[in-house]
Amino acid sequence: MTALRFLLTALVVAMAQPSGAQAQQRFITVASTTSTEQSGLFGHLLPAFEKASGIRVRVVALGTGQALDLARRGDADVVFVHDPAAEEKFVAEAFGVKRQQVMYNDFILVGPKADPAKAAGQDILEGLRRVATTQAPFVSRGDKSGTHTAELRYWKAAGVDLATASGIRGPWYRDTGSGMGPALNTAASMNAYILADRGTWLNFRNRGELGIVVAGDQALFNQYGVILVNPAKHAHVKAADGQKFIDWIVSPAGQQAIAAYRIGGEQLFFPNAR
Amino acid sequence: MHWLELQGLGLTEGATRILADIDLKLGAGRTALLGPNGAGKSTLLRLMHGLLRPSTGTVSWPNPLSQAMVFQRPVMLRATVLANIEYGLSLRGVPAGARRRKADEALARVGLPELVHRQARKLSGGEQQRVALARAWALEPEVLFLDEPTASLDPASSREVERIIGEIAAGGTKIVMTTHNLGQAHRIAEEVIYLEGGRLMEQTPVEEFFRQPSTSAARLFIQDELGS
Amino acid sequence: MSEIAQSLALAGELVAAGDAKLAEIVWLSLKVSLSATALSCVLGMPLGALLAVGRFPGRHSLIVLFNGLMGLPPVVVGLLVYLLLSRAGPLGQFGLLFTPAAMIIAQTVLITPIIAALTRQVIEDEWREYREQLRSLGASRMRAGRTLLWNARFSLTTAGLAGFGRAVAEVGAVMIVGGNIDGVTRVMTTTIALETSKGDLPLALALGAILVAVVLVINTGAFILRQWAERRWG
Repeated sequence: MTALRFLLTALVVAMAQPSGAQAQQRFITVASTTSTEQSGLFGHLLPAFEKASGIRVRVVALGTGQALDLARRGDADVVFVHDPAAEEKFVAEAFGVKRQQVMYNDFILVGPKADPAKAAGQDILEGLRRVATTQAPFVSRGDKSGTHTAELRYWKAAGVDLATASGIRGPWYRDTGSGMGPALNTAASMNAYILADRGTWLNFRNRGELGIVVAGDQALFNQYGVILVNPAKHAHVKAADGQKFIDWIVSPAGQQAIAAYRIGGEQLFFPNAR
Repeated sequence: MHWLELQGLGLTEGATRILADIDLKLGAGRTALLGPNGAGKSTLLRLMHGLLRPSTGTVSWPNPLSQAMVFQRPVMLRATVLANIEYGLSLRGVPAGARRRKADEALARVGLPELVHRQARKLSGGEQQRVALARAWALEPEVLFLDEPTASLDPASSREVERIIGEIAAGGTKIVMTTHNLGQAHRIAEEVIYLEGGRLMEQTPVEEFFRQPSTSAARLFIQDELGS
Repeated sequence: MSEIAQSLALAGELVAAGDAKLAEIVWLSLKVSLSATALSCVLGMPLGALLAVGRFPGRHSLIVLFNGLMGLPPVVVGLLVYLLLSRAGPLGQFGLLFTPAAMIIAQTVLITPIIAALTRQVIEDEWREYREQLRSLGASRMRAGRTLLWNARFSLTTAGLAGFGRAVAEVGAVMIVGGNIDGVTRVMTTTIALETSKGDLPLALALGAILVAVVLVINTGAFILRQWAERRWG
């Protein structure tokens, strides 16, 4: 019995410690995307905000769709994602207070350096058409993320009907249902084409034989927005601190911090708050 | 005057009849259950002690008596000798303050006072069986059941265990034991109950049983056992 | 092969450098998984003993259920606990989501069936050996269960270790309920998953090697303890 009491006491102490520390610490929870997390942007950005405000930011990185769902359930204070249509819908449903644009980066078509589909160039729609025609292997995120919805938008615009392109989603089209990094790993091992965000790509190590095939198309523009979760829907939302984060990130200080983040001298994100 | 009565007692397991139609009154202070392997001796002992429930018939105690049992192979908890004995006492509601004294007394009576703090399972088989007897004795039972208490022991340990059983009996505790050792039965028991094939063959005072058993089955059994 | 060798070398370097970040992650992993294991032992061991010595309707169904739950996918557990702890869920008001406490809860749900099922097996064997003696002494089934739990304490370390091994190695549940938040809920497995996502396979593998080493150290300690205990108690 003494052993049991000891165990229970130890447990209570172990459980109480982190929440005790949390009570003293001001923090907000931001639901964001794997692309921002894995590109290393947050690692660069957040210390500056935390220093300026004394508010810690806890980032939960998911696909855009998942991040918005999480916020709908009230499990985040702020969402920071990149799917303008879905973001507008989120605000229209009153889950979010207001959408503000923060920055953009761009999508790139990554593929084998040998480019068997001859997709290289500056035209994403033409590039994708060639991938489809030659049935070169293509890896899709397939996870309702911002990148995934953008990819589907491009296929549609390119006039490629994935469902019937070659029967039902030909074997060349691999729907992996995974985050940006895992999907890139898959593409690297299959030597396949894949639509990626530039930030994750630049920070990605396991490139294998892959390189950038299409970049620079205006259509590849990838806009990020930030939204405060509506405290009218979820009373516990830390509206004041969340708004402070939003105000900072669209302020000149925040915008400069974004512009200053570089990998190998290359700028990943371009601030464009209004 | 009997202190335990069995009426129409039977036990079947699945299709196998292990005991049937046992009618018996126990009145003696020291009883030996004898019979060949598979006669049902151990089963009968367990029915009396309440470890098994009969399929038919009843076990009735005219006055409820406190009981204890010692098994062929001593079963010790992974703890000290003292803790093993005190555990039994605590289950019988002996107050914590009195347990140590009772345990020490019982250990002294089985001749092992120096083992009190030893780990019970590290002792020899003979020592463990004596600790098991001490554990039972400490409970001061009115009836002590013993199932082949010396069958796994060497001769010296067997003699010691027999001596202890004799002392327990001398203290007024009723003894009911199964044994394969006819000499042991002769030395310890007042009365023999002879079973064969799950049936009661006879219940006879011990001298008479060994001199002139009333059933031919028992006669053959004694001949076989002494002959071999 | 060279990649694996490179990873092992990197693991050695990380440990030798005493990297503070790494230490924090390892420490959180241990804290979460050891707490979950302790909690699961407190819940699962009595439950396993009850299933071993108890006699009540539905006992066999429960045994089958717990054996089945041993194969519960961590992601399913994570999702379940997420729905419970989410602000929109029944326990949302406590604000536990994305905290170490949430991870402890998820891992507890994950491994309690394992510990209960393994405990049941151990106590059933004990019960076979001790049943008649304990009942003769007058122990109720409840009391016998308690006695046997204590009596089998060293065999039961195996059950605890199996639970701990599963808890510390799983990623699906803690990823969902913890959120892999840097410095708050980032543990070894979620870090490995993150580094894999970044395509930093050598670092991911090096962290994996460190995880294996940590588990080995704990298992070795438990093994030595058990050997010693068996020599002492028999």
